[in-house]
Amino acid sequence: MNLKLKIWRQPNKEAKGKFEVYEVEATPEMSFLEMLDVLNDQIIEEKGNPIAFEHDCREGICGTCSMVINGQPHGPMGLTTTCQLHMRHFKDGDTIVIEPFRATAFPVLKDLVVDRDSFDRIIQSGGFVSVGTGQAPDGNSILIEQEVAKDAFDAASCIGCGACVAACPNASAMLFVSAKVAHLAYLPQGQVEASKRVKRMVHQMDREGFGNCSNTYACEAECPKGISVENIAKMNREYFSSVIGSQKK
Amino acid sequence: MSWITNFLTSSLGKKLIMSLTGLFLIVFLVVHLSGNLQLLYDDNGVAFNSYAHFMTTNGLITFLSYGLYALILLHAIQGMVIAWSNRKGRSVNYKVGNTKSNTFASRHMALLGLLVFFFLAVHMGDFWYKMKFTDQLMLVPVQGMDVEVKDLYARVDAAFAVWWLVAIYILGLIALALHLWHGFQSAFQTLGLNHKKYTPVIKGLGMIYSILIPAGFAVIPLYFFFIK
Ligand code: HEM
Ligand code: SF4
Ligand code: FES
Repeated sequence: MNLKLKIWRQPNKEAKGKFEVYEVEATPEMSFLEMLDVLNDQIIEEKGNPIAFEHDCREGICGTCSMVINGQPHGPMGLTTTCQLHMRHFKDGDTIVIEPFRATAFPVLKDLVVDRDSFDRIIQSGGFVSVGTGQAPDGNSILIEQEVAKDAFDAASCIGCGACVAACPNASAMLFVSAKVAHLAYLPQGQVEASKRVKRMVHQMDREGFGNCSNTYACEAECPKGISVENIAKMNREYFSSVIGSQKK
Repeated sequence: MSWITNFLTSSLGKKLIMSLTGLFLIVFLVVHLSGNLQLLYDDNGVAFNSYAHFMTTNGLITFLSYGLYALILLHAIQGMVIAWSNRKGRSVNYKVGNTKSNTFASRHMALLGLLVFFFLAVHMGDFWYKMKFTDQLMLVPVQGMDVEVKDLYARVDAAFAVWWLVAIYILGLIALALHLWHGFQSAFQTLGLNHKKYTPVIKGLGMIYSILIPAGFAVIPLYFFFIK
């Protein structure tokens, strides 16, 4: 299949980028990233500068492969990361526009690569549990109701890819942050620090320059892991009870 | 900063204010509409004029109404502040937009809010201002009352004979309907009220409300223009 690609090229953070047009021949069984690999080989043979894009696991679990394909983060297929998107979902002769994730808090570093350290700083501000190290505890020593474990696990399946930010018209990080807050707040191990955690993480999110949540739910629609906006409501409850309900100032 | 200012300036604190003021306005619209439907009585405005007299002279109502104006302003100003910081969240826009993953109304809450605001300015300038602060309205006697009251009914009648005023009302109410189509359920989500059993009910009620209430208001200018 022959494809026309319009790809955002930007040499570095400060430079003004622009779209370049490429033509590439792909086969339907290739993944989207393999198609870009073929294109990069082609560019290198022509002594050009290959397109920078991020990838790591290529099996849909690390969340690295960030790009917006024809207006949709991770492309047109639901619940799919770019690395797991296959060219059979495109047609011969298609024009595909590929852009980096766009958010003030995710500055473009090069071509399709954006800096998502803002997510790391949010996690560092509170997205963890403090536990005593030492012997590994017994698997089921703390009993957790199956329904609760399921909700916590669903939230925990967020891979931190940032597609929610990329999809949100306000570039809000609420789905990501709420998935992390809810995942820990559902579980007894996380509840000890829950009140402190939610405040710190929300305030760090605000400092990073993400937009606010307008409840458009574009995040949920584009999230490759199907993280639900119920987590956002859960985080709101956690935050309000932490600020208004708790005795701490 | 104290915990309270920290809270009210946080993204979630700002949204809590939007949600609570929005819900207050939702309740107000029901009260406002039920009063105004008296305009449809075929009694030359007796019922409506005495109701309007009561609403503008009763001390408690006057007190509450200033609270209402303050909350509308708070909602509008806070909404604009939020919309502004949302724009700053994305400084470079996409070449290919994404309209598949969300609704028109949810993307354009600020624009719809501004349209409602301009509509409110026209609406209050025409009725509320003239009623409260000018002597433009004639005094008419009302059966059963010992004072003469301002004839707001006549002003409504005259306003809704003008096609472009009727058009402004209809457009303003369409904007309100869209604002509430998204806003009603959004306010509950903001409060953290998302529930497997009740959220579908809230969404359904929101759709019914956002059509029924603006439609109820729209009946009034349409009735005066086309039927009366
Ligand atoms: C009677 C009139 C109005 C009613 C009943 C109303 C109701 C609501 C409700 C229920 C919400 C949802 C709150 C949430 O998401 O938590 C909302 C959001 C909003 N309103 Fe209004 N509103 C009215 C007038 C206005 C006006 C006059 C403006 C601005 C000039 C405005 C601007 C906004 C904005 C910008 C939002 C979205 C905030 C966000 O990003 O989530 N509204 N409104
Ligand atoms: S919530 Fe979904 S879209 Fe957002 S970072 Fe997590 S996995 Fe990615
Ligand atoms: S490369 Fe790891 S999720 Fe796509």
